[in-house]
Amino acid sequence: MDLNLLWFILLGVLLAGYAILDGFDLGVGILHLTARNDHERRLMINSIGPLWDGNEVWLVTFGGAMFAAFPNAYATVFSGFYIAFMALLFALIFRAVSIEFRSKRESQTWRRFWDYSFFGASLLATFLFGVAAGNALIGIPVNAEGVFTGSFFDLLRPYPILIGLLTVAFAVMHGAIYLFMKTEGEIQQVVHRWMWRGFGFTLICYMLATIFILAGRPEVAQNFRDHSWSWVIIILLVFAFANIPRAIFMERPFYAFLSSSFTILMLVFLFSFTLYPNLVVSSTSAAYSLTITNASSSPKTLGIMAIIALIGMPFVLAYTVAIYWAFRGKTKITEHSY
Amino acid sequence: MDVVLLSRIQFALTIMFHYLFPPLTIGLGIFLVYLEGRYLKTRDPQYEAATKFWVRIFALNFAIGVASGIVMEFQFGTNWAVYSRYVGDVFGAALAAEGIFAFFLESGFLALLVFGWDKVSPKVHFFSTVMVALGSIFSAVWIIVAISWQQTPAGFAIRDVESPAGVVQRAELTDFWSVVFNPSAMDRLVHVLLGAFVLGAFFIMSVSAYYLIKNRHLEFARKSFVPALVVGILASIAVAVSGDSQGKIVAQYQPAKLAAIEGVYKTTDTGTPMLLFGIPDSEAKTMRYKVEIPGLLSFLVHGDSDKPVNGLDKFEPDVPPVAIPFFSFHIMVGLGIYFIVLTLYGLWCLKKGTLFRKKWLLWVFVFSVIGPFAANQLGWIAAEVGRQPWIVYNLLKTGDAVSKGLAASSVVGSIVMFGVIYLMLFAVWIYLLNEKIQKGPESVSTSE
Repeated sequence: MDLNLLWFILLGVLLAGYAILDGFDLGVGILHLTARNDHERRLMINSIGPLWDGNEVWLVTFGGAMFAAFPNAYATVFSGFYIAFMALLFALIFRAVSIEFRSKRESQTWRRFWDYSFFGASLLATFLFGVAAGNALIGIPVNAEGVFTGSFFDLLRPYPILIGLLTVAFAVMHGAIYLFMKTEGEIQQVVHRWMWRGFGFTLICYMLATIFILAGRPEVAQNFRDHSWSWVIIILLVFAFANIPRAIFMERPFYAFLSSSFTILMLVFLFSFTLYPNLVVSSTSAAYSLTITNASSSPKTLGIMAIIALIGMPFVLAYTVAIYWAFRGKTKITEHSY
Repeated sequence: MDVVLLSRIQFALTIMFHYLFPPLTIGLGIFLVYLEGRYLKTRDPQYEAATKFWVRIFALNFAIGVASGIVMEFQFGTNWAVYSRYVGDVFGAALAAEGIFAFFLESGFLALLVFGWDKVSPKVHFFSTVMVALGSIFSAVWIIVAISWQQTPAGFAIRDVESPAGVVQRAELTDFWSVVFNPSAMDRLVHVLLGAFVLGAFFIMSVSAYYLIKNRHLEFARKSFVPALVVGILASIAVAVSGDSQGKIVAQYQPAKLAAIEGVYKTTDTGTPMLLFGIPDSEAKTMRYKVEIPGLLSFLVHGDSDKPVNGLDKFEPDVPPVAIPFFSFHIMVGLGIYFIVLTLYGLWCLKKGTLFRKKWLLWVFVFSVIGPFAANQLGWIAAEVGRQPWIVYNLLKTGDAVSKGLAASSVVGSIVMFGVIYLMLFAVWIYLLNEKIQKGPESVSTSE
């Protein structure tokens, strides 16, 4: 397999890892305002307490890997989406410190402030990820030098906003399923409702997004017409997604979580397959699109990076699994909790 | 104001804020390993209480370090897109390696370090502590490899590549190990790690000295202070030695930077003196109010006190500004000498048994923690401003590296945002740090 394609796939893996893992803790961040008292809220926060930080590293490594493997695409996306990325940084910083600072004082006002900031930051970050994905799919104005020529508001078009809402709805569902696994008693009933709501909204947004593309921008889905096998992705996606309500109904939250995670994996696959071989689709001219060939690093660097990933990622996966295993079971509040 | 200057201000602001935390993380990390190792060996509950206390402080720093660190990674792309395209092939690789080898390790095992006390066995917990400490050091290795490559590029070739806009040039990696071991990388790494150890030691001595003055947690304070003092002495002396070695590398590879940090405007005919003090006059291109030691700089650089060191006049017009690197460097060196003197004096008093009774000296230790914070910042300022006008030495100028199509107003907006957030974070950090210190470690009954 050629290295450019390998790195395209590896970026997809990092993105899927990020979406699955940070997906649930972003969802918990959005949902934690539904807790009815401080104890419930602490349970929710502590269910993700030890894990959110490691989850976010998937994003950092995705950024680093994109910089290394496709520097042109990295440069275009990050400079072009300047205001969006600054807003994202704003949200990520607030998320990190809200969770860290909240528990440090008993004061009601203090905790209220960090609660709202944690909710707002989680919501904003999730929405922005979706908006970014939506823009990537339908393309952005990029000139021959790879410079984004639009403005921030060009990014807030109907389709990206729809994908933003889809992402929020999915994160709410994914987070609610996670919380259902990690909690017990009354609080479970609260999150149970949110699993259904999240599922419903995700379904609506997904159908609208599909109609939008098929009716309004059929060229975006060209890869699916060119490669007949690709319908397997759609079928797997539909099955995984349909399995979520089934598992919820059967009261098997871990099974639901696996289905939800697999659905995310398929969504990222769908997203990457739609983009391929582009990383940034130029709406100005197809000739200006940044692809896995014209935006990549040299074969030498891609090869060395592949070796680094080959050495490093098995360790990462091994201890990530081990650490999740150590924190398995229902969340309990202890002296070390937030 | 132009986008280049604004982006530089933003980068300086965000990196300086960020760099308050990583050296403290590295410095405290080795103490956590020491304290928990002692606990495993002796099973003395004092060591357990001490480890738990420092872990809480560590976790607070770590959180802000991570949050402000993401900003750094994004900024290469947001503000320095031309730079990113030009060096991504080399620089990006080191950054990605940092993610894969260091960030996952640190943040994964941090979960067990902070929350895993009753989830895993003491041995596994100790292993996690070691992994977090190692992760923070690995992180330093890769980022310093990348940063050093900008100072002394190696293991690359400038090649033409096709793009939709025609043929453009960029740096491509030709030899991975030459990049990793680029001329300034290992010396800088040693210097930075030692600087972090000095900070960790002074931080622990500061908190411990405070408890000793207030007559609280005495047993804990002594158990923390003494090893910190030992590390403080060793690291302070070693950092000075490594600084000298770094100076020789700068003299060899970046002579214009050396001239700037030493304040040498004009090349002399005979031996170049070492300036102990001076005020640079950038108009007249000369130093005023000089206090100097004749021939010393020549001796340090060439091993010959009569052979002149090249001044900035030899490198015009691509020369760095003098005032900022000169003052940063000299204040850093002054602080370095102060660390050695203070810690040695502390050791002498400890031997005589008077250290813990000398209140004034303990107060000096309480406030001296500001010193290594400042010295770590100043060292970087001297190194990075001294590299100007280049962003990658002799390859790409800072002025040409900024993102195209980036509006000054956007950058002003983000500077204001970072300024406000960081000011707030800084205040909350100090506040919570103080609260944790006031609360102190859990008291252990020693009545057994």
